[in-house]
Amino acid sequence: MLHHFANPTRFLRIASIAQPWVAWATILLAGAGLYLGLFNSPADYQQGESVRIMYVHVPAAWMAMFCYISMAMAAGIGLIWKHPLADIAAKATAPVGACFTFLALFTGSLWGKPMWGTWWVWDARLTSMLVLLFLYLGYIALINAFDDPARGTKSSSILVLVGLINVPIIKFSVDWWNTLHQPASVLRMGGPSIDESMLWPLLLMAVAFKTYYIWVLLVRIRAEIISNKIRILRLRQVHG
Amino acid sequence: MNGFMTILRRDLHLAIRQSIDSMTVVMFFVLVVIIFPFGVGPEPNILARIASGVIWVAALLASTLSLERLFQIDYEDGSLELLSLSSVALEVIVLAKVTAHWLTTGLPLIIIAPLLAILLNMNKEGFLVLILALVVGTPSLSLIGAVGAALILGARRGGVLLALIILPLYLPVLIFGVSAVDAIMNGFEAKAQLLILGAFLLAALPLCTWAATTSIKQAIE
Repeated sequence: MLHHFANPTRFLRIASIAQPWVAWATILLAGAGLYLGLFNSPADYQQGESVRIMYVHVPAAWMAMFCYISMAMAAGIGLIWKHPLADIAAKATAPVGACFTFLALFTGSLWGKPMWGTWWVWDARLTSMLVLLFLYLGYIALINAFDDPARGTKSSSILVLVGLINVPIIKFSVDWWNTLHQPASVLRMGGPSIDESMLWPLLLMAVAFKTYYIWVLLVRIRAEIISNKIRILRLRQVHG
Repeated sequence: MNGFMTILRRDLHLAIRQSIDSMTVVMFFVLVVIIFPFGVGPEPNILARIASGVIWVAALLASTLSLERLFQIDYEDGSLELLSLSSVALEVIVLAKVTAHWLTTGLPLIIIAPLLAILLNMNKEGFLVLILALVVGTPSLSLIGAVGAALILGARRGGVLLALIILPLYLPVLIFGVSAVDAIMNGFEAKAQLLILGAFLLAALPLCTWAATTSIKQAIE
């Protein structure tokens, strides 16, 4: 089934049909999530209104890890089955994941100043997220460092798989180390410990971020396929 | 075993013939450590507090500096391709090269580390654990670095790119290496940290060899 979509032309056709749906889904979900999060959910009894950064910070952090895992899966599929679109998907995901990581770190910093009194602290969670950002940047640097694009994607696929060890470290860092960052309150044994009125906007924003990622991914993969075609046409022009 | 020893002896011969290369790495290591008192001031207490961290970071940077040449020279003149076609498995060749790299880079760093610890006014208790941690940790650095060196074959600006790729992967070794020395200097045992460093080495031996071999195969296709 995977190879059914391997034909780039067929993928382009499906992508152009799917894209408006995904775009509208993103806008509606984000709108609902933001409305519930900003207006319909309670302020925290201790933090006041600044707790509402959570509705951006937590989904961004979830997406940062989700994008890395997607990248690793795409890289693995590209390496093992040589699926032509898998490498393109991994390359397209990288800048999106890097931006989500930066967004998570930035909004976390903005949240940390009123809540903890500091913009940054070198605890396990923040440090491992910073390492994730550099893993993304290293991937982007490596994939663009070769004159032959195929060599670049193969090399960086291996790099992604090597760096995959960091993701469980990030997830469990708040359990394994004594950190300033709060422990898990949604994805944990025993179910979420967060109240429903806050959980729903959070989940809506999380799904909205995911559909946004798929939207951007479709745009970027289509762009990459078309730019590959242009490159081949140019090469043919030079050689022909 | 025969193939391993042949490649090991070849790389050691080449390294000794151009011994200035490994001496350069050691000199860089010493220089980086010496720069710190200029930067943070010569007050002995501060230097003693940061000594273990500075020595480990300098070891990391010196290791990164020397890794570019691990496969690059053989890749450029085609001998890597010929070696891959030989009857010796590419994994064995990679392991032999990494061993030669550690013997010509890691080992000199370990030998000169006590001198630098004296320069940075490190407490006497930390010396033995520093050496032990470096002995267990630097082979992991060579192994992880070999993966990076294999990934950048044929890339533009390979040296800086190599540092960008492998420094995040070096962090666990750095964290536990410094933690071992700090534990001893605060009166605790360093056994846990040394065992974890040993675990890293044991995990890195098969995994990094496999990753480096796969990258080299991609490079010479």
